[in-house]
Amino acid sequence: MSEALNIIKDETLTYRQELIALARLGESTDNTIRYSEAYYEGKRKGALCDLNEGVMPYRPRYICPDYDLLFEKGCAFLGIEPPTDLLEAVNALEIFYAHVPSITTYPVYLGDLDKLLTPFVEKEDPAFAKKVLKLFLLQIDKVLTDSFVHFDIGPEDNPTARMLLELTEEMQLAVPNITLKYDPERTSDDFALACIRCMLKTAKPSFANHRMFVSEWGEDYAIASCYNGLKKAGGGFTLPRMRLYECSLDASDADDFLNRVLPHYIDLQLEYMDKRVRFIVEESTFFKDNFLSTEGFVKQENFTGMFGVVGLAECCNNLLGITDKKKGFGLNREATQLGVRIMDAIEKRVSEHVAPYCDAFDHRYRLHAQVGIDTDGMQDSPGTRIPIGVEPTMLEQLEVNEIFHKYFPTGTGDIFKFEETYIKTPEAILPIIKGSLANGLRYFSGYLENNDVVRVTGYLVKKSEIEKLNQRKQSLNNVTVFGKGAQDGAHALDRRIQKHGE
Amino acid sequence: MANKAPINKIISFSNVDGPGNRTSIFFQGCGFNCLFCHNPETINLCLNCGICMEKCPAGAISRDEEGRIVWDKDQCVSCDTCIQVCPHSSSPKIRWMTTDDVMQEIHRSAPYITGITCSGGECTIWYEFMLELFKKVKEINKGCLIDSNGSFDFEQDPRILEYCDGVMLDVKAANPEWHRTLTGADRDMVMKNLRYLLAANKLYEVRTLIFPDRDRENEETVKYVSEIIQDRCFYKIIRYRPFGVREENKKLLGEWTTDEKYAEQYAQLARDLGASKAYVV
Ligand code: SF4
Ligand code: SF4
Repeated sequence: MSEALNIIKDETLTYRQELIALARLGESTDNTIRYSEAYYEGKRKGALCDLNEGVMPYRPRYICPDYDLLFEKGCAFLGIEPPTDLLEAVNALEIFYAHVPSITTYPVYLGDLDKLLTPFVEKEDPAFAKKVLKLFLLQIDKVLTDSFVHFDIGPEDNPTARMLLELTEEMQLAVPNITLKYDPERTSDDFALACIRCMLKTAKPSFANHRMFVSEWGEDYAIASCYNGLKKAGGGFTLPRMRLYECSLDASDADDFLNRVLPHYIDLQLEYMDKRVRFIVEESTFFKDNFLSTEGFVKQENFTGMFGVVGLAECCNNLLGITDKKKGFGLNREATQLGVRIMDAIEKRVSEHVAPYCDAFDHRYRLHAQVGIDTDGMQDSPGTRIPIGVEPTMLEQLEVNEIFHKYFPTGTGDIFKFEETYIKTPEAILPIIKGSLANGLRYFSGYLENNDVVRVTGYLVKKSEIEKLNQRKQSLNNVTVFGKGAQDGAHALDRRIQKHGE
Repeated sequence: MANKAPINKIISFSNVDGPGNRTSIFFQGCGFNCLFCHNPETINLCLNCGICMEKCPAGAISRDEEGRIVWDKDQCVSCDTCIQVCPHSSSPKIRWMTTDDVMQEIHRSAPYITGITCSGGECTIWYEFMLELFKKVKEINKGCLIDSNGSFDFEQDPRILEYCDGVMLDVKAANPEWHRTLTGADRDMVMKNLRYLLAANKLYEVRTLIFPDRDRENEETVKYVSEIIQDRCFYKIIRYRPFGVREENKKLLGEWTTDEKYAEQYAQLARDLGASKAYVV
């Protein structure tokens, strides 16, 4: 069977999923952008991975439109007037979302919804406002059927955020993903606790270290997709990743890796990024004629390239000849220290590279701890995480995370699975989040064991939907199939549980 | 020489030993010998008999020059064989620690916790040690709670209460006979502490275990406690669970976990009697 026929005959794909797969297949027939032989060699070995971004980028990978501008000026291309009430506001957003592209074809950033909608919510009867928001969320879940669709709330408490939390609990939807921008001075304990309660019931929101993001991006940053920090009215051009374990297979020892292998692959990934960024800006028409760009909802200078890495744990273990993961990265000082040396080296070399465009970032790319994809198996743990199954106590896991999160302005995070007793003690989780964010953790996600909506490596799926795929039925959510791959291949749902008494 | 105490274990994060997230310190040794004890290996200090040493599959237990049992944490594979074979309700996996040793671990968890809880065993056996520890914990502005069986006379020596935010007191039985059967000890000191700590404003919570099908005993205890504490502290109604309980005792107390609805009746009874902060776990 041809690949196209395979897609068309796959009973687990919805119509839209087939369409996307076929478009990818079509794109892959082109070879306009050529890379060096060494790059292709690295890709063949699995040391470099393009995350199936497609060979011909015809839009940036992630786009974070300036929704404030939409509400201020409306949109000429879509014929949207500035909204005057909640119904118009929600309607404007729904129309707009349908026209925001991304790697997934769905918008990965829906806005800081509480801030956007509060002026309109305040003018309505609360029960009516809640009803409108409910239909809005339902529309998102059923039309933007992809868990990388993401909105942000906070740092301050507000009635709109509360309604969104209540509805999230009530509706138990996997889409969209939510982040609370947490700032110890601006986020009240009461609001944070409401978010924790919601997180225990629905695996969201996650907690972003607001101060850390602001220090790197300024106040106008967005958390998009799974946990990606990006600039509003901007986004990410491209996100390839170095698979550090596979890279390490080329090295004879740690020094050889640091001195020879690592620079080699870093430079190849930079070459790849430079060519793609140039292509997007210079060849594709996105920044020239797409209304998002021409009407100022995004500005080309606010985009940067995301330099991804994955599998630091396995890389360090391999270089030190550690075969027992229980005695490896995250649990062994020497392996963790090697991880620090590797990350320092990556950060330094990438920051020395002058990238094309990326004007708002001094022509520099920014690092990203990639969470892994469904086909990775057990070889590459997400970003700099400790491998699933050998996580130490939560305290030790946090300490290791705190060392590595600083490297990744375009996103990293860890996920903690809590035992059922925590549903009655959200106050026991708040100090953990506060302490870890204060100590340099960038992004905290949690969920309760035995929930239907669970977080796999960064995105959310319903376990019942994975079950559907196991029985070869269709799942509306594009991401469920990744979740199934991650569970089958990497046992991503079997992470350590924070029990009382550990 | 610095004051040392035998520590059975330290749990960096706990959500069930008082409010918020707490580091729990479990001391070795207890004056009671409760039939339902879930971790009977904390009851006595090791007698250095050596039985566990023979049975350890990892060679993690040995003797020092003076014949005392020593445990090698790095060798241990956490199989708990030693605990199962120990005939003296003890464990070789004890660390004799100074308050500075314990503080070292507390410093590590400090950024993430609300406070610490001393538990056991029975922590009040190590009163001087605990007093020294609490003073140090207060210096870093963390809360201190005591989880106690009520055998220590707080009225006679209340020094620690100055540093302690509250006591979580087990009231196992109101009926003197039933108390003796359950714990092997007299109930009077527990009741004295119940009143004293309440009056001193240092009673954080009272806990009572509800046994399956023990209507009369359960009711007597819940009534007794509720009438005294009223709404002035939490009342945690705990369902008896047979896990970890010694086999012979399960015959008397029950092979099953207390039904949630059955336990809820007693929480309701407590609330009806004025103990408004009663709840089931
Ligand atoms: S738990 Fe006890 S018996 Fe098992 S390895 Fe450790 S010391 Fe030895
Ligand atoms: S722990 Fe128990 S079995 Fe082992 S030496 Fe001590 S008393 Fe004997």
